[in-house]
Amino acid sequence: MTTENSLSIFAIGIHEEQFQLTLADLCRACAVHAERIVELVDAGVLEPEGREPARWIFDGASLHRALAALRLQRDLEMNLAGVALTLELLDEINALRGRLRAMGEP
Amino acid sequence: MEFKDYYKIMGVSRDATQDEIKRAYRKLARKYHPDVSKEPDAEARFKELGEAYEVLKDAEKRAAYDQLGANYKGGQEFRPPPDWNTGFEFSGGGYTGGDAGDYSDFFASLFGRDLRGGAARRRPAHTKGEDHHAKVLIDLEDAYHGATRTITLRAPAVDAQGHIITKEHVLNVTIPKGIREGQHIRLVGQGSAGVGEGKAGDLYLQIEFRPHPFYRVDGRDLYLDLPVAPWEAALGATVKVPTLGGIVELKIPEGSVSGRKLRLKGRGLPGDPPGDCYVILAIALPPADTEPAKEFYRKMAQELSFNPRVKLGV
Repeated sequence: MTTENSLSIFAIGIHEEQFQLTLADLCRACAVHAERIVELVDAGVLEPEGREPARWIFDGASLHRALAALRLQRDLEMNLAGVALTLELLDEINALRGRLRAMGEP
Repeated sequence: MEFKDYYKIMGVSRDATQDEIKRAYRKLARKYHPDVSKEPDAEARFKELGEAYEVLKDAEKRAAYDQLGANYKGGQEFRPPPDWNTGFEFSGGGYTGGDAGDYSDFFASLFGRDLRGGAARRRPAHTKGEDHHAKVLIDLEDAYHGATRTITLRAPAVDAQGHIITKEHVLNVTIPKGIREGQHIRLVGQGSAGVGEGKAGDLYLQIEFRPHPFYRVDGRDLYLDLPVAPWEAALGATVKVPTLGGIVELKIPEGSVSGRKLRLKGRGLPGDPPGDCYVILAIALPPADTEPAKEFYRKMAQELSFNPRVKLGV
């Protein structure tokens, strides 16, 4: 096994809270055309601020949500409504799991 | 190299129809999809499943695999016979799935790493490198105070001879104060190298907390079970409570019962607003392990008319 050391210290912030993305940033990070992201916005999976696509600003959490949505579409052959519903249910399940853990359930 | 029983992985018989294989794949893909599944080995299972389906859904690959695999069992040591695939013509059905690079050595020894044409694949001259994603476990204390930690990641890479090797990637990372579970740290330029003059990709680290010996976490809020003596709960008391920011004093109201939840406002993970620390009282009984202690319990039984089951009507 080889080892690669990056000696510099990376001082960066919390992606979800301190970064914002434009439509172009999000397309690049997800390696998809803008149409795919616009579809996700139309389906309510992503909720950018700003009226028109050219001015959309996505919060940092949108990136991993978009990636998950694209994976679900590709791997499970889901349509957009199915993806949107799945992600909403997953949010709910994760919130409930968090509460259960806080109550001391494993 | 181990022989992989693709039929077993997909839970179908060797004479399954293509429709049965497709149905089995869809069902298992939903079960083990890493974005949906909570199975601990979901990612590995999903990859294995994708690989099995890649072979079994394609009539040519399936026929080749069947001919080869008739005498093998899953997990058995496997060495492909020298010219095993002569006589089979692959029409270039190739890969349809996502990450063919993730397929096992077993798959690669049979069908090659990339049937789509490998190096001949066209790419723009300058492309940004791929982003990488990894999960890291950190201590809750580090999220509370912020910290610099050395993190070691393993990533597959290709060496000069074209072999797949595991490379260690060691990074010194600043953990931002107040980061929550599931959030990400982005390390610019620490993903794959770019092509041509393209910039390197980024590395995203998804944060998970190591289980803490006494705090449980929900978002920014912390939960702590606090043992109290019966007289502290009954008469009220001021007791010490450990929080991530240090020891604080907590006033327990008179007449508290087990399970009572008290809030230490702003004593959870930092943020805007900061989380709270919830203290859940757990009344601990002194052991009746000496004669005087037993005598004391007997005296309580005599002098306190107390029926803990009165609500049950007995």
